[in-house]
Amino acid sequence: MAEDREPPPLADAVQTDFREVEEGEDLFVSTVSTLSPTSPEPASFPAEDISTNSNGPKQEILLDDDQEDLFAEATEEVSLDSPEREPILSDGPSPAITPVTPTVIITPRVDALFDRSLDEVKQISINVLYLFSIIQAFYFCLQGDGMNAYMAYKVTTKTSLSLFSRNEFSVKRRFSDFLGLHSKLASKYMHIGYIVPPAPEKSIVGMTKVKVGKEDLSSAEFVEKRRSALERYLMRTVNHPALVKDPDVIQFLENTELPRAVSTQALSGAGILRMVNKAADAVNKMTIKMNESDAWFEEKQQQFENLDIQLRKLHASVESLVCHRKELSVNTASFAKSAAMLGNSEDHTALSRALSQLAEVEEKIDQLHHEQAYADFYLFSELLGDYVRLITAVKGVFDQRMKTWSKWQDAQVMLQRKREAEAKLQYANKPDKLQQAKDEIKEWEAKVQQGERDFEQISKNIRREVERFEKQRVKDFKVVIIKYLESLVHTQQQLIKYWEAFLPEAKAIA
Amino acid sequence: MKGSNEDSAQSVNGSSIKITDVTQDGDTLTFAITSQKSSSSAGVCVFRTYEDFEWLQQGLFSQEDVPGLQGVIFPPLPSKPLPSTSLSQAKALKQLGFLALGDEWMIYCKALELYLQQVAAHTTLSKSKALYSFLNSSESPGKQCGKKGILNRLSQAMEEMRKEGHKDVDEFFQSERDSSTNLSALFKLSTEKFLDVVLNKQRLALACGHFSTSLHLCVNQDNPTAVAFSKICLKLSDIIEAVKINYEKVSDNDISTLGLGLDLESRYQEAKREMLFRRTCKLVELETANRNSERAKPNKKAIMEGVQKATQKEFDIISSVAKQEIEHYHRDRVSLLRDFLICWCEKQLSTARESSALLSQHLDACKKFAV
Repeated sequence: MAEDREPPPLADAVQTDFREVEEGEDLFVSTVSTLSPTSPEPASFPAEDISTNSNGPKQEILLDDDQEDLFAEATEEVSLDSPEREPILSDGPSPAITPVTPTVIITPRVDALFDRSLDEVKQISINVLYLFSIIQAFYFCLQGDGMNAYMAYKVTTKTSLSLFSRNEFSVKRRFSDFLGLHSKLASKYMHIGYIVPPAPEKSIVGMTKVKVGKEDLSSAEFVEKRRSALERYLMRTVNHPALVKDPDVIQFLENTELPRAVSTQALSGAGILRMVNKAADAVNKMTIKMNESDAWFEEKQQQFENLDIQLRKLHASVESLVCHRKELSVNTASFAKSAAMLGNSEDHTALSRALSQLAEVEEKIDQLHHEQAYADFYLFSELLGDYVRLITAVKGVFDQRMKTWSKWQDAQVMLQRKREAEAKLQYANKPDKLQQAKDEIKEWEAKVQQGERDFEQISKNIRREVERFEKQRVKDFKVVIIKYLESLVHTQQQLIKYWEAFLPEAKAIA
Repeated sequence: MKGSNEDSAQSVNGSSIKITDVTQDGDTLTFAITSQKSSSSAGVCVFRTYEDFEWLQQGLFSQEDVPGLQGVIFPPLPSKPLPSTSLSQAKALKQLGFLALGDEWMIYCKALELYLQQVAAHTTLSKSKALYSFLNSSESPGKQCGKKGILNRLSQAMEEMRKEGHKDVDEFFQSERDSSTNLSALFKLSTEKFLDVVLNKQRLALACGHFSTSLHLCVNQDNPTAVAFSKICLKLSDIIEAVKINYEKVSDNDISTLGLGLDLESRYQEAKREMLFRRTCKLVELETANRNSERAKPNKKAIMEGVQKATQKEFDIISSVAKQEIEHYHRDRVSLLRDFLICWCEKQLSTARESSALLSQHLDACKKFAV
């Protein structure tokens, strides 16, 4: 399985044409998906003052409302495959799975995966251009040995944004680096209302299998699943107009060396969400009855609750679908085998031939089922899973707003107390204490004002974020549905070919 | 199918036999059978239950005036139909296999129809009075307790199992027996595997249905984005519905063509094996008679020789009939399988084309879908 394989030089990747795609473009080979007819020209990148010095979550990072839409009209695409895959796929059949046309994205390249001899790394590539981003992935490598081994991912970025020092660069990152990035972003931005995309989950079982060197299909599946999830995570992060400017993100993409993220147990996506949920619970348990003055927030929260339930249901349905398809693949293969045995034992020549052909047709159909199962899984299951996690992040942001409100309320209560205390001191004759009380009142007045400002800011941010999120959601789903349809159509067309080839064989039985 | 070849008043036109209707009353199924005589175009319609079919099969087994009857490969009668309630669905599948599937017993009726056609097409069996009575008599013949024929479906007792492996005197028959045993097992296996595949497809269709319904419930009209998302969900729901219908059609095609064909072939293989076994038993009987004849004391010798001669004669007739039967069988089964395979392929091809066209339409619509 360990074939020597050279990584395709990045130069090839650059040649990918990122021109605007027309509506009717054949989506089988290109990864750039539909651009709405109203999207502006690539050149019209607004000359904004993009400050890269902002390093804190405070006021400095406020985005103007016009600036929000850096990528607004762009079709942001979370692309799951790439033209660069073509050279890899066509380099020869992978031993475990026959490669098919690039839109059927997912067949893991088992042969490439375990080649440790060449220092190849699993690549994730981001293209951050004016209008759209594309992610590609190549190989991986396992560095170190035994249980200290870790998977390194090569993150390649192509961009023309002036945020970055070069147009194209790549770095090596490990999984904990991604988690580290997420934790930093979450701590900076969640409390002001930005929806920070959640990082993929840690999985001890999956990684252990890979480390132990189990060169089987499930390991390959796991690695590919993770690589794909990391790609989507990164894409969502850089598509966020505020997050892409964050120095941590820029550092993550550009810097060759990154300080090791420590205690990633706590930093895992699940860990962060647990923290958020705990905070939410704590908030709820306190006797805050938030006077919701804005009906919008109440409605939205309810909507997200409903959406959460719906998406989870859908996710469960898709999982069951995937399961049945995998089963079908196994059963079809089993039938094909028995038909082949029949073909061998049958005395009548033409019948024997036809039965052997039948066995072959069924084997090919099995292959199709297999790929369709992957398509179901990667396209829908992963998308739905991502969105279930995203909604948890959204809910977290709403809870942060509640927390901010309650902080503001607390400050008001405190101020009231200080005023009462001052009033009392007015009648006692203690001038120094009086002064202190007046100072404290000033302090708390400032805090109240700050609290109010924070609350208004977070509310404003959330509104904008939710709007962006909703638009993105529609786009994401549309893209995935089209991909799915394409894979379905492809499957049917393959089937037609197989049946057309078999018919003369059946007719030839004399 | 071979048509009948004698123009007597009794002979029936094999290909005209059709089961036109089936009604279910509690546990009993009643089949409406129409047929025409080869000499006239007038049709006859009778109503029969499964017991009647069994009576017919018994009648065929027990014809006494037919030499070498034991060498005949009897068309196989399908097993008794179990009315499928949800509890006995698994049991029905185990007993009947493919014949338990399909709507309203359609596949089962088809199998019974084929059985009758095969009987009517057989040179010897078509002349049986039982067949005539079955097809024409207005009264249901099955109520009479038929006498047990000598050729009951043999349950293989331990002793008979031993005879199965008895070496043959004739090379032709030995090789037929060997290949028969081998092929019969393989066909049975293939049929079972294919049944698994078809059932799996049906489960998949069901899962698609659930997914489609869940999507349909994701409708929300609160704001423009929610409306857009709802539209997308509905669209996907339609697509998944199309996938579900496709799977249902595909599995229906499977059942009505290849499934039925494999099932038939399996049962016919069994019938052939049974015939060969009967002949083998006769062979054992003959060899015993030979031995007895040799060892007989002078006073019994004449009788033993008589027995030996009679047995030899029977065996020879059976063998010659068997040889003919086998040749017909080989020819018939190939053409039968051919027909089923072609039918299967054509149906699947047409379903795939339909599905491809429909999905392409959906794809075009989706691409134009303004967000």
